[in-house]
This record gives sequence, structure tokens and C-alpha cells, in this order.
Amino acid sequence: MWSQPRTGPLLLTAAIIAILPLFLPNTFYYDIAIRIYMNAIVVVGLNLLIGYAGQISLGHAGFLGIGAYASAILTVRYGWPPVVALLAGAAVVAVLAFFIARPILRLKGHYLAMATLGLGIIIYIVLTTESRWTGGPDGMAVGTLSLFGMELSGERKWYWLFGALVIVAIWLALNLIDSPIGRALQALHGSEVAAQVAGVDTSRYKVMIFVVSAVFASLTGSLMAHYVGFITPQLASFFHSIELVTMVVVGGMASTYGAVVGAVILTMLPQLLSRFEGYELVAFGSILMLTMIFVPKGLVPTLAARFRR
Amino acid sequence: MALLDVREVDMVFGGVHAVQNLSFSVQQGAIHSVIGPNGAGKTTLFNMITGIYIPTRGAIELDGDDVTGKPPFELAKRGMSRTFQNLQICMNMTAIENVMVGSHLRLSQRLIPSLLRMRSITRADNACREESAQLMEFVGVGKYVRSHASQMPYGALKRLEIARALAAKPKILLLDEPAAGLNQTETREIDELIQKIAAAGVTVVLVEHDMKLVMNISDHILVLDYGKKLAEGTAAEVRSNPDVIVAYLGGA
Repeated sequence: MWSQPRTGPLLLTAAIIAILPLFLPNTFYYDIAIRIYMNAIVVVGLNLLIGYAGQISLGHAGFLGIGAYASAILTVRYGWPPVVALLAGAAVVAVLAFFIARPILRLKGHYLAMATLGLGIIIYIVLTTESRWTGGPDGMAVGTLSLFGMELSGERKWYWLFGALVIVAIWLALNLIDSPIGRALQALHGSEVAAQVAGVDTSRYKVMIFVVSAVFASLTGSLMAHYVGFITPQLASFFHSIELVTMVVVGGMASTYGAVVGAVILTMLPQLLSRFEGYELVAFGSILMLTMIFVPKGLVPTLAARFRR
Repeated sequence: MALLDVREVDMVFGGVHAVQNLSFSVQQGAIHSVIGPNGAGKTTLFNMITGIYIPTRGAIELDGDDVTGKPPFELAKRGMSRTFQNLQICMNMTAIENVMVGSHLRLSQRLIPSLLRMRSITRADNACREESAQLMEFVGVGKYVRSHASQMPYGALKRLEIARALAAKPKILLLDEPAAGLNQTETREIDELIQKIAAAGVTVVLVEHDMKLVMNISDHILVLDYGKKLAEGTAAEVRSNPDVIVAYLGGA
């Protein structure tokens, strides 16, 4: 009764993902689609933290990096099965995020931004300097992934895996938002004191959603490591964290499909801008500035509001 | 036994003694009011009772348990709810979702079933939505049941906040200036609503700035001035108290 329409948009997204390969001429385009999907999964998770719960994180690429390196190190150096390594990476990230979240999520606004930025930078430095484990700035190679006895090789197989995971990620996020937990998160964003008075243990919920969004990033990082086959600490860089936050903001805060649209646009933009030779970054920056000035609420919420009228 | 017992509380902000050595108790049932001129310490007292501030000294007991310094969400578990003088409505949510947040403690808070949208979650959520719509009807904002909070006028938001507080099924409800910023008709309607809530068995504690407003509906009145208790009693007793007359009308 009166909740958001759910199945329609989800089926539409699934249909687009299913039909898209018909229009992808070669593996280069498959690769772009896969990168879009990987970003979309991370950003859907990050949007739960930033868009819904109103807590900023400028260090989420760090969690992605830990997931990627956990998979790489455990499979290559210790011969663990990839799926076990992936889950172990997610567990490490969950525990780390849990213990870090409590003290830093007490901070608000700029202070929280600084603290999460510091966290991301620390992770990046550790991955760069512990070269005995990580291969240092030169990076390390990662083996392929087998699922149910089938080796995932070639862009086409990976396309279907990431395509399916995007749908799962959207579904999980929509479910969570439309539950008592989701309302508690939105309430602590809207008015923290009102949420507390209603019985919401706000610090517990901030920690919970920080951990959930970090695990989204970690799992994607692990799969990304196997897909790309070679990882460097750049995965966990500050720039990558900013890119992820930008996807949330451009697509639309507190809009799950907005997060997906943000991932699509910001992953494709560098490709589309490549003809500006040498001026890509200028064009990229200008587009972001214009978005902030003219559609500050993000593309999807702004368009949705226009259609409703 | 008193439902709420405030014992010798003090609240000091830097050099300002906002509340001084104040004791009073609230009996189960009926409507209790705290009145006083601007800056008398009414809202500070409310914030101490509801766990927003921790008293510098003294103790607060709810239903016989010491709850001094407990955070608001712990007090919510013990049946305390409140509204705010400066509205605290979540403008990022729909009207009915705001009310549903009030039922938070009665709904499942488990992560995995929520992520997977298990039947138990949706069933409880639908019931909660139904109940919240009825509450919106009860406080008189039924026509906004499909609206977003940001589309509602001020007077309706004040009522929406009361609906959210009631959704928690509180034993004791503290209302901080529910009539502030409302016109005369709206004020009379709020008074009627408060009486309906009290009649339903909820103990109401009311902070009001305007004395004549509360005189009609309060069973018991506490008058504060400069953070101290000036008088206490029924409306008639308070009205004839010479100290109260001096505080409100100025000394002779």
C-alpha cells in the first residue's frame, strides 16, 4: 500500500542489461559495460550511506582496495579458493569498518569527511608500501575466477555475472530502504534528535550502514581483481574515492537508480570525451560544475520531480 | 507512585544557571503543564527529562527507575516520547514515513531479513502503515496521508509530529509548546487533541508559554521563573498565587 513502485523499474533495468549485448560490437564495449556495472554496485551501496543516512565517506575506494588485495593475496600467495578469499576479504573489511566507524561517525560534516579521507589514504599507503605482500606500486597479478566449476574467462561471461549482481545490489538496496531500518537511516539524516526520541540508536545505525556499504565495495573489489587480472594500489586511491562520491552526487542522493545513472554517466564520460584530446579533464570538471549549479539534487530526483508535475 | 519524579536537578551552562534545584513529580494520567515566562528554563527542563541534556546535578526517575543521563532512545524503550518546540520533522521523507519512524521499536530491526525483504518484514510494515494512517486521521492530518512532509503547512507538521510521538505508544508524552506559531482556531483544535490523547490514557506533560491557554485543560500546573519553581498546583491555585501574578504582570 502506497510504497514506491518496485518491480517495474527493476524489471526494466534487468531488460536493459539483458538486451544491451545485442548492441555491443566487440569486447572493448563489453569491457566498458562491465566497468559501469562494477561502479554501479559500489555506488548503490555508497548511496545508502551518503544519500540515505546522510554520512559522507571520502575513503570508500580503500575498502574496495582491501577486497581486491585480500582476494589477490589469499589466492596467489596462499592458494585459497577464490570464493573463500572473497568472503574472507569481505569479513576483514566488515570488522575493520565496524571498529573504525564507531569513533569516526561521531563526527559530522567536514570533520567526518576529513576522517574518512584519512582512512582511505592510510589504506592506500599500506597497500603501496607493504610490497612484500602487495607487490607495491607495481601491483600484482591475480588468477581467474571459477564459479560452480566453470571458469569465468572472456568479457562475455563476466558481463552476465556483473549484470546479475547489479540487479541483486539494486534489489537489496531497495529492500533495505523500504524497511524499518531504512526509515531509521533516513530519519537520522532528516533529524538526528527526532530519530533518537523515536527510539533509534543512531550511532548503531550509522555503524551498520557504514559496514554494509563497505562490504558492497569489498565484494566488488574482489571480483574486479579477478576480472582485471592485475591490480595496483590506484584502486584504493583518493581520486577513485572521489569518483565514487561524484557518481552518487551526479546521479542523485537518496535515489538508488540515481546512483546507477551516476555510475553510467561518469564511467562513460571519459570515453566520450576522449576526442577532446588533452582537454578531457577540463570538460569533465565543467560537466560536474554545471551539474552542481543546475541540478544540485542530482539527475534522477530532478527528472522524477519534473515528470510527477 | 509517581510516573515521573524529578529530584533536585540543576542545569548549568557555563555561567548560566538555567535550572536550579528543581523537584516535582508527575502522577499517572491527566494533563500536567509547565509554564513560565521566556527563558524560565522550561525547554531545558524538557531536554533533561528526555535525555537530550544530562543534568549537572540531581536525579530523574521514570516509573521508579533511575534514568538520569540515559540517552533518548533508551527512554523511548521505557515509554517516553516527545515533540519539539522547533519542529523536528524529517523533510527527506513522506508524511506517513515520518509517523512510521515512531513505531521503530515495535518493528524488526534485523539486517538480513530486511535486506531480503522477508514476508515477516513486509507484513509488519503493512500493518504499521495502516496504523500510522489511522494515527494521522486521529490527529487531524488524514488528508496528507499521501503527501511528502515538505509539502505540508506548518500547522499540519505540528500535528504530524504528535502523530509520530503517539506511534511509539508512549506512557508519557511531553509536548514542547504545541501551540507556538498557531492561530487561535488552530490552538483550540490542538487543545482538543491534547485532551483526546489524555483521555486515551497517555500521561501528558505540556510546556506552554501562554498561561491562559493551559489553564483550561491542565489538571496540574508547575510555574517556573529564572529556573526555579515559583508555584505549583491546580489552575485555580496557580492563578491566585501572588508570586505568579508578580512574575507575569510585573511587581508593584
